Amino acid sequence: IAAIPKAQYGGRHTVTMLPGGGIGLELSNYVREIFRYAGVPVDFEVIDIDPNSETNDDLDYAITSIKRNGVAIKGNIETKSEATGIISRNVALRNELDLFVNVLHCKSYPGVRSHHKDIDLIVVRQNTEGEYAMLEHESVRGVVESLKIITVEASERLSRFAFEYARKNGRKKVTTIHKANIMKLSDGCFLETSKRIAKEYPDIEHNNMIIDNTCMQLVAKPQQFDVLLTTNLYGSICTNVICGLVGGAGLYSGRNYGDHYAVFEPGTRNTGSSIAGKNICNPFAMLNASVDMLNHLGHTQHANAISTAIYETIVKDKIHTADLGGTASSTDCIQNVLKHLAAGQVSWHGLAN
Amino acid sequence: SGCVRNFASQTKKVTLIPGDGIGPEISAAVQKIFATAQVPIEWESVDVTPVRNPDGRFGIPQAAIDSVNRNKVGLKGPLMTPVGKGHRSLNLALRKEFDLYANVRPCRSLEGYKTLYDDVDVVTIRENTEGEYSGIEHEIVDGVVQSIKLITEEASKRVAEYAFQYAKENHRSKVTVVHKANIMRMSDGLFLRCCRETADKFPEIKFEERYLDTVCLNMVQDPRQYDVLVMPNLYGDILSDMCAGLVGGLGLTPSGNIGLGGALFESVHGTAPDIAGKDLANPTALLLSAVMMLRHMEMNDKADKIQKACFETIKEGKYLTGDLGGKAKCSEFTNAICEKLA
Ligand SMILES: Nc1ncnc2c1ncn2[C@@H]1O[C@H](COP(=O)(O)OP(=O)(O)OP(=O)(O)O)[C@@H](O)[C@H]1O
Ligand SMILES: Nc1ncnc2c1ncn2[C@@H]1O[C@H](COP(=O)(O)OP(=O)(O)OP(=O)(O)O)[C@@H](O)[C@H]1O
Ligand SMILES: [Mg+2]
Ligand SMILES: [Mg+2]
Repeated sequence: IAAIPKAQYGGRHTVTMLPGGGIGLELSNYVREIFRYAGVPVDFEVIDIDPNSETNDDLDYAITSIKRNGVAIKGNIETKSEATGIISRNVALRNELDLFVNVLHCKSYPGVRSHHKDIDLIVVRQNTEGEYAMLEHESVRGVVESLKIITVEASERLSRFAFEYARKNGRKKVTTIHKANIMKLSDGCFLETSKRIAKEYPDIEHNNMIIDNTCMQLVAKPQQFDVLLTTNLYGSICTNVICGLVGGAGLYSGRNYGDHYAVFEPGTRNTGSSIAGKNICNPFAMLNASVDMLNHLGHTQHANAISTAIYETIVKDKIHTADLGGTASSTDCIQNVLKHLAAGQVSWHGLAN
Repeated sequence: SGCVRNFASQTKKVTLIPGDGIGPEISAAVQKIFATAQVPIEWESVDVTPVRNPDGRFGIPQAAIDSVNRNKVGLKGPLMTPVGKGHRSLNLALRKEFDLYANVRPCRSLEGYKTLYDDVDVVTIRENTEGEYSGIEHEIVDGVVQSIKLITEEASKRVAEYAFQYAKENHRSKVTVVHKANIMRMSDGLFLRCCRETADKFPEIKFEERYLDTVCLNMVQDPRQYDVLVMPNLYGDILSDMCAGLVGGLGLTPSGNIGLGGALFESVHGTAPDIAGKDLANPTALLLSAVMMLRHMEMNDKADKIQKACFETIKEGKYLTGDLGGKAKCSEFTNAICEKLA
């Protein structure tokens, strides 16, 4: 379903970059530094979105840019305004671009401090409706209704994506995550639709689990899962639990796809305001997002080289930032990645042209 | 006078709802342990299987309602809620009937039973009457379903109040409100505001605000950073089960439902249909819920004694049920506890 990369003049791609708030700026700069060093044929169109703005002008501009380029990389965008007319900009972006699916692949890095080993999980999350519909109203003073919307169409599209993804990536099992015992119609619709689509994929095992039990099982026996297929909110819960289990918010990337656009970002979508500007944040979630982006654009050699350098830095050299229990700074990590790239087998100049 | 009080405390009646699935087995285990410990309680066992009321609608039998209203205290095993249309959750009906607005779930690593996390000591306090469990859903047009999450100021305020009061009475230092007000700005926003206002009235308790997903992330990394957590219905359901997972599973965690019409104590786990009727269930969660109940009734001596016997049995590790990696039957584990109490 993911968009086919457009052929660009001279083999270069232009990609929209939205640094976002908190640690987003420094993370984006690391990506640019590494791309520059490695001669990656990607040019960034960088757009800053003012978190304090009461209008959506910056956001509209960003959306136009992504529609033009087809591909974006982003940090978490803040929405400071509490005015109800201003919705979360991250959500607005996903809705506007119809990025109906969010994919997170979590595979344990050996040697990273964590409570569980050998985890290899994929979360396929609905990204545009459900609890994030943001249709709310105050019926009478002190009584608020918030609507959760589930449609057969979106559930079907997502389920199909999950099963196709499982098949293409040699996965064996898809588990639908829901709360249909309580939300019988809405989550019931999501569950029933996934069951129906599952029948078209007899080679992939399908089962389902209630969200509370899922969380309990995740922290106790995460290895039992393969692909998790979830509604929007449960997806956010599952991705955060899983990332927490394998090393935190700083390691894994997330991918958002629609029929026409693709947006790459750190998997847990944190702002990290408390650690911004201190040279202590873990740069790898964002770097992994940039690797995903390169793969999407078809620059697989660059992607592999950077990905290998990241792996060597984390696993072999054990250059870990504080969130992983280490003492390295963000720039220590980046320097080490650059060192591996310099020593790498890839001839950069050959590729850049 | 003293004589009357003595008489009253000898014959406290408590409503018992054995429940479905493994419910009857673990209820029997608790009854046996209480009898051995000579707890001055008389169980009034009631059936809550829905019956057709005079108005034609299905609901909890009047006898069960009367029993709880009379006794004001109850112990309840898990109840089954089938997946599918037309079934309202009985658990929910009970909560509504007695206005059990706060669900309290202490979650603590057990000494002597090694789990991945040995430093968990959190209490989740969950709004219990509304939110995502409002049960209001419709199919707007073909293929488009909407489900309403209802948040009211009244319910949010009283659960916030309860959380801070709980923290104060139990010598806890911090209350964290768990929300998603960045997305659900009005509904979770209202809940958040109610918590903020209540926090102002308890300056001695530290207060912090966290996003649900961030709590999920941080909880599995380092649970020590949390103390008492207060949140809307669904988040509480999810987080309390997750915390149970951190300390060894649903077989161990108790809970209490505190309300205007009484207090109902229950295990966090469900009916466990996979092991029902096989004498394999772990009765600890229900037993510890019953212990919470004893404290609620101010029978602290008995509560301490039973809790100690239970923890020691687990620590010795000779009679552990399957969920804790042992081979013992529910009855064998129960007998081991009883031996310590006899
Ligand atoms: N790249 C990173 N490196 C190290 N730690 C990180 C990184 N990203 C997030 N974290 C940590 O993960 C946790 C959750 O992140 P954060 O506090 O940003 O969440 P948030 O809910 O987005 O909050 P806020 O929007 O207030 O910043 C924090 O402890 C943060 O320090
Ligand atoms: N007291 C217990 N002792 C042992 N195992 C338990 C106990 N309670 C739950 N389990 C196990 O935990 C898992 C989930 O339990 P739970 O009872 O919540 O099942 P469920 O299918 O969600 O039931 P329900 O629909 O009633 O909620 C089951 O596999 C069950 O075997
Ligand atoms: Mg539950
Ligand atoms: Mg259950």
